Amino acid sequence: MDKPNAAATRVAQFEIFHTQFLDPSGRVKGELPAFAKDREQLRSMYRWMVVTRAFDKKAVALQRTGQLGTYAACLGQEAIGVALGLAMKREDLFIPAYREYACQFIRGVKMRDILLYWGGDERGMLFEGSGSPHDFPLSVPIATHIPHSIGVAYAMKLKKEKRVVVASCGDGATSKGDFYEAVSCAKVWDLPIVFLVNNNRWAISMPSARQTGAQTFAQKAFAGGMPGEQVDGNDVIASRFVLERAIERARSGGGPTLVEALTYRLHDHTTADDARRYRSEDEVKAAWDNCPIKRMKAWLTAQKHWSDTDEQKAVEEGTANAEAAAQEFVKFPAEAPEAIFDYLYAKLPKAYEWQRDEVQAAGPKGGHH
Amino acid sequence: MANLTIIEAINLAMNSEMARDPSVVILGEDIGKNGGVFRATLGLQEKYGTDRVVDTPLAETLVAAMAIGMSTQGLKPVAEIQFSGFLYPCVDQVVNHATRLRNRTRGRITCPMVIRAPNWGGIHAPEHHSEPLETTFAQMPGLRVVCPSNPARAYGLLLAAIRDPDPVIFLEPTRCYRLFKSPVEDNGEALPLDTAFVEREGTDITLISWGAMMHETRLAADALAEQNISAEVVDVATLKPLDLDTILASVAKTGRCVIISEAPRAGSWASEIAANIAEHGLLSLFAPIMRVAGYDTIMPLARQERVYIPDVERILKEVRKVFEIAPKS
Repeated sequence: MDKPNAAATRVAQFEIFHTQFLDPSGRVKGELPAFAKDREQLRSMYRWMVVTRAFDKKAVALQRTGQLGTYAACLGQEAIGVALGLAMKREDLFIPAYREYACQFIRGVKMRDILLYWGGDERGMLFEGSGSPHDFPLSVPIATHIPHSIGVAYAMKLKKEKRVVVASCGDGATSKGDFYEAVSCAKVWDLPIVFLVNNNRWAISMPSARQTGAQTFAQKAFAGGMPGEQVDGNDVIASRFVLERAIERARSGGGPTLVEALTYRLHDHTTADDARRYRSEDEVKAAWDNCPIKRMKAWLTAQKHWSDTDEQKAVEEGTANAEAAAQEFVKFPAEAPEAIFDYLYAKLPKAYEWQRDEVQAAGPKGGHH
Repeated sequence: MANLTIIEAINLAMNSEMARDPSVVILGEDIGKNGGVFRATLGLQEKYGTDRVVDTPLAETLVAAMAIGMSTQGLKPVAEIQFSGFLYPCVDQVVNHATRLRNRTRGRITCPMVIRAPNWGGIHAPEHHSEPLETTFAQMPGLRVVCPSNPARAYGLLLAAIRDPDPVIFLEPTRCYRLFKSPVEDNGEALPLDTAFVEREGTDITLISWGAMMHETRLAADALAEQNISAEVVDVATLKPLDLDTILASVAKTGRCVIISEAPRAGSWASEIAANIAEHGLLSLFAPIMRVAGYDTIMPLARQERVYIPDVERILKEVRKVFEIAPKS
């Protein structure tokens, strides 16, 4: 606001910065960060995006053919997941919403496990063999997982661990009190947290402008007293750069940061949604021009870091991985029916033993998603 | 052995477990310097420091969520919610995460945590400070709901709740916090979290209750004794999981049963207990199971709260009905 009267003095002032290195046409601006000068790093980042997209495509196909339950696709949002996956250390802790598969794959979660969960099997969240078995499972309710980061980070700080928590959510989640309660207090204890707002412009049928009248989601950081910045979430280089900086700030005792990553949900909200009901084809077409894979490929190709043969190989590899995961998922034997009792408590109380016995005696009921 | 009030026994349990186990942390609003609005945490911050006795911002959802986060990292958080009506913002966190993380991750991530709160009315507090919340939580799978009714049980059950590997809701009888003293031995021994207590043996009728209503139930048993009626008094103590065996054994012995609950009658835990007795103990009954419960109204403000809360007379009235149907032979 303007200075309201002559006696008023300015007590605080805030600015939001937006970072983009790679524009939608694949042109670079500014001085690239060190990791972006490493050819193998760049190729790996691109490959992870392709692999994730192949998985996503397979998952949707499985749902469309009745082999998977409702699935939330990450089409168009691959760059943020890849950037985050590479920016985090193994010992850091990820508290995801859903749709952050790329990050999870990089952290060692099996593709099969993501399919298992959406396929109606809790064992998918066991993260068997993951390099980060301390990561949280997917969280379906909106924003309720974000304040868990406060307790997790508090515990890490109490134990003097040099670990960082990343809690991610979408633009819609910023409307919830849970989000604010976490953002509001993280700085009180200078907790090592990065809040990542994955602004994909749509919360089912509601555009982000209907979530808040604020100009950016990044500025919500300022109400909590922490730095907030915006990054082009479809620029994998910028996303990794910004997230790495925020994560290292947290690790070195600098406290929390909120990063808003601008992207676009190219797919329906989930396979149970039809986005044509509420947004125009023109808008989606324009968003495809912004695709994170397209721009990275254009730039890598121009730099002679990537060839048609590389592309063919990456797509084949991605498709084969997804296919193998799908096969593993489909063939995964059902859990015993009485397993529904086995993780309610550390030890099932005597009061419920008869129910477990009844289920066990009745045997499998069959039925899928 | 010291004579303690319930609030002192609760303080002692936390103090003693914090000394024993460095992973125990306490969190909540005004629990540090102020010692909690009821002084349940009095002196703990002074003794264990601000890192382990954490004053939180004024946000109940956050308190529950923070406890969840802490509990997944090897800490054993004991969260305090100031008044039962402010437990509602915690319900989402408890039902969607605390009770489910073990199940959702097939045992990979667990939530050993306690949420303590004063529960029930009778202290002339403002609106929302006197709600009976036990039924809300007792219906949630994966949870333990504990309602102590005397100092020794408050001590032993709170120790058990803190040591339990799963989330526990610990609802304390506000109006009994300083009502009476009784001996508590600080021996570090926990009580079982799946067991009802027969605290007074009798032969003619079983009176079943928990939490604050145990006080009126005890007085009713005293009044009945003067009328030569021998009442057995069962303190359910842990509502979830429910110790049906103890309840059924008592009813089988007496053949008569009245259940006393402060929570609204319809769908209350008294109803759950009555349904179970009807299913499994009907043939040992001489008369219908009667419930004495809060009315199906909103908890009134101070002037009318005694209209709502069952008193000894309401308990005796139902007992009389039972003996009219099935006189003592």
